[in-house]
Amino acid sequence: MATAPRFWRENPSRYNLFGFKCNSCGRYNFPPRIICPVCRRKSVGKMEPVKLKGTGTIFSFTEVHEGMDEQNMQKPYIVAMVELDEGTKITGQVIDCDARDLSIGTKVRTTLRKLSEEGSAGVIHYGYKFIPICEGTKVAPQDE
Amino acid sequence: MKMRRVAVIGIGITEFGELWDASFRKLGIGAGLAAVEDAKISADQIDAMYVGNMSAGRFIRQEHVAALIADYSGLARDHIPATRVEAAGASGGLALRQGFLAVASGLHDIVVVGGAEKMTDVSDMESSMIQSSAADQEWETELGATFASLHALIATRHMHDYGTTREQLADVAVKNHRHGSLNPKAQFRREITRDVVLRSPIVASPLRMFDCAPSSDGAAAVVLCPLDAAKKYAETPVEITGSGQASDSLALHHRKDICTMAATKVAAERAFKMAGLSQKDVQVVEVHDNFTISEILAVEDMGFFPKGEGGKATEEGRTSLGGDVAVNTSGGLKARGDPIGATGVAQAVEIVTQLRGKADKRQVKDAAVGLAQNVGGTGATVVVHIFRRA
Repeated sequence: MATAPRFWRENPSRYNLFGFKCNSCGRYNFPPRIICPVCRRKSVGKMEPVKLKGTGTIFSFTEVHEGMDEQNMQKPYIVAMVELDEGTKITGQVIDCDARDLSIGTKVRTTLRKLSEEGSAGVIHYGYKFIPICEGTKVAPQDE
Repeated sequence: MKMRRVAVIGIGITEFGELWDASFRKLGIGAGLAAVEDAKISADQIDAMYVGNMSAGRFIRQEHVAALIADYSGLARDHIPATRVEAAGASGGLALRQGFLAVASGLHDIVVVGGAEKMTDVSDMESSMIQSSAADQEWETELGATFASLHALIATRHMHDYGTTREQLADVAVKNHRHGSLNPKAQFRREITRDVVLRSPIVASPLRMFDCAPSSDGAAAVVLCPLDAAKKYAETPVEITGSGQASDSLALHHRKDICTMAATKVAAERAFKMAGLSQKDVQVVEVHDNFTISEILAVEDMGFFPKGEGGKATEEGRTSLGGDVAVNTSGGLKARGDPIGATGVAQAVEIVTQLRGKADKRQVKDAAVGLAQNVGGTGATVVVHIFRRA
């Protein structure tokens, strides 16, 4: 079992999707990186913290039937790789839907949810998951 | 830089499987002794040892395993350098590369390369959590992605982009079980049908239980020496003519195209270039089929088949024994078993066995050149070696 700081220090990105924009090439990075993996030294001092919008489309997805301890209560659950509108891809669960209703290209947005807990007395971890955006609904920024 | 040519003069492998009565050290020593005996060398000729191991710290709560193996094999008496090499699933292949470089450079003459993992001392759940630590723990695993689910993302996308079918994925497992049935050291020596794969429980859609390599205990070892001295020890020395290694982003989502393992492509190109050979020169290949989709990517990315046609090639039997190129004659990770750190070395053992012409019922006719591809994580480390009968 890990100590709280192991997770707490990632909270700005886990809760609010803070990433970095490289002002050398214009690419967005998530999670935060100290240097841009493409521009390398040219990016030093040019990495600007940005909050990503949290909207994107499903790049690939799977319904997980054999999960890990933390997710046991939720099985089966959906994991997707999502291409955010800013162009960077991230991985997370898709909730409040059925896998049959998803396809590559489905529009989704992030929402803050409980990710896992360490036993009944341990730390509870929160972070982003995705929910599908229904056609015609107005999308609010991340609900927080 | 002028490098010396390097040969494999000894091979050894334990049985792979759920070996309740075998400890980590027993496995490691077993494979090492077999390889040393095969090379007909004595312990005091050994200059150095490299051990591939992914996670003894979590599987058996023992770190510092290179010293452990050196000690229990009697090599610590002479205080030989013993080094553990870790790159998740590619630990064994990377240990082989370190041994190769040590001999090629002229630093050491006789080097033992081992690989070992003892996976069944923890529960299946714990074992899959340890395997998931090869992915990005903070930005994949903790968000709910299992190791199998990351490969399922690759499979979903490959089926979408190239029309690869669920049946073609199954055909990889069917072929590897058929090959495994011919390998007395394989963990699974029973043939299966497409139906068995397609009816097995879903792990992460579209992947089912029979798409996934098992947890295994086991160890493998090879002995290396300079090629010009190899004839002294081995009837049929096998030269390592190419060694390529490449890295990529740790997380799968940071790759532009998840249907290609760029590191496989680059590592293979580097190995082929060093060997001065091309795909058409190769008769037998061991690839890292930790999941069925991984084998399809491997045969495409190394240029044996065009991108998107790996599934079709498998379905048509072109990767079977007797096909265009025999892939995973050992049974692969799927049927031979996948004791993680041992896998890359076990692949070398199979290729050398084939090139010696000693693979019995699974022998590839006139095999002269073989290749092994060993993957860490979802492709963040890939090691490719090319072997040639000397």
